[in-house]
Amino acid sequence: MSERTPVTDTDLQAYIDDQLDPPRRAEVEAYLAAQPEAAARVRRYLEIDRALRTLYEPVLAEPLPPRFAARPRYRALPRRAAAALCWMTLGAGIAWILKPVIPPATHTALTEQLVRPAAFAHRVYAAEQLHPVEVRAEHEQHLIEWLSRRLRTSLKAPNLAEHGYELVGGRLLPSTDRMAAQFMYQNQRGERVTLYIRRGAWSHNASAFRYAQDGEVGTLYWIDGSFGYALSGEVPKQALLALAEAVYRQLENP
Amino acid sequence: MPDLEQQVIAYIPRLRRYARALLRGDAGAADDLVQDCLERALGRLALWRRGTDLQAWLFTIMHNLYVNQLRRAHHTPALAPLTPETEDVSSPPGGNPVFLPELERAMTLLPPEQREVLLMVVLEGLSYRQVSAILGIPAGTVMSRLARAREGLRRALDGETQAVLRRIK
Repeated sequence: MSERTPVTDTDLQAYIDDQLDPPRRAEVEAYLAAQPEAAARVRRYLEIDRALRTLYEPVLAEPLPPRFAARPRYRALPRRAAAALCWMTLGAGIAWILKPVIPPATHTALTEQLVRPAAFAHRVYAAEQLHPVEVRAEHEQHLIEWLSRRLRTSLKAPNLAEHGYELVGGRLLPSTDRMAAQFMYQNQRGERVTLYIRRGAWSHNASAFRYAQDGEVGTLYWIDGSFGYALSGEVPKQALLALAEAVYRQLENP
Repeated sequence: MPDLEQQVIAYIPRLRRYARALLRGDAGAADDLVQDCLERALGRLALWRRGTDLQAWLFTIMHNLYVNQLRRAHHTPALAPLTPETEDVSSPPGGNPVFLPELERAMTLLPPEQREVLLMVVLEGLSYRQVSAILGIPAGTVMSRLARAREGLRRALDGETQAVLRRIK
């Protein structure tokens, strides 16, 4: 192993991006094997790269805004081809979104047991005019005690007044194999978001805010200890994120 | 010409993704940039030399528009980036996951020229040589900007995590 040229920071970049010729690549690999600190840094760069792709990949799946579809020059593109293109991009986008930082098994379990039921429960009850909740916010104390007893934990309904959302109330729900609690909030425009909480045996490493979109309903979800949380609403992702962070903070620091 | 137009159109989702990341998540401004880029590209399609790199050509147009925009913005007060406040949210223990909202915020802190290089390489998978041609800078500069961008993100992410953990203790 002859290491004539010292390995520099830019070599590490070229190593990460696979732009070294094979002899130099071998030298960098030998260097990394001997330098755990540099190797850890390279690993971290790779993690960050992957997260960057995860972060921006959803844009590929978005349907094109009308301004792009409506441009006269684009009439050359037949409608059906445009639709096919749209679906293909959507497919690729979805594949990418699902390409997980989380191990696939955990991700599937989370989607099946937390995200889908939460989004569906949101659809069912957020649209409900007469009976959106089982117990109204006037009886918050009773609601919390009841749901805490059934879920065998100490729940609380986060306060989202700072974000313009007031508690409407909550209900107990059957989830796939467990019980779930749902809290509903509403702002002055009548927009509703729901917080869905249930237990599950999911990996702790999966913890991070994740986002899923199902039609109009967006869901931000995360795991904390043995509980999964999902916040659903037909509001922009950024707004949902602000709410989710408020929830997370309040549940972390009672 | 129509099939060439279709090739350009097929790039729209990727141009949008790149612009969105470049403009720190501002979807409206990003789509404005993409629209300008498409108008210019489709208007000058005859000038594009067949057989050369269409992707690099599109990104060159986008880069030039972006630089002009930055110059103009120099004279008008910049809007504060729309980023979530995440300072009290800790990365949960176990492993060291990259917390996406934090990453999004860390991206807004990078200087634009570093962000451009990073996104072209990481999102678009362009080679250093292509990026160097698009931006009109030496390959060495591409690499040093890339190194600074990655290190900047790493510090922003890992530094913050430690600060939060300290506060919780």
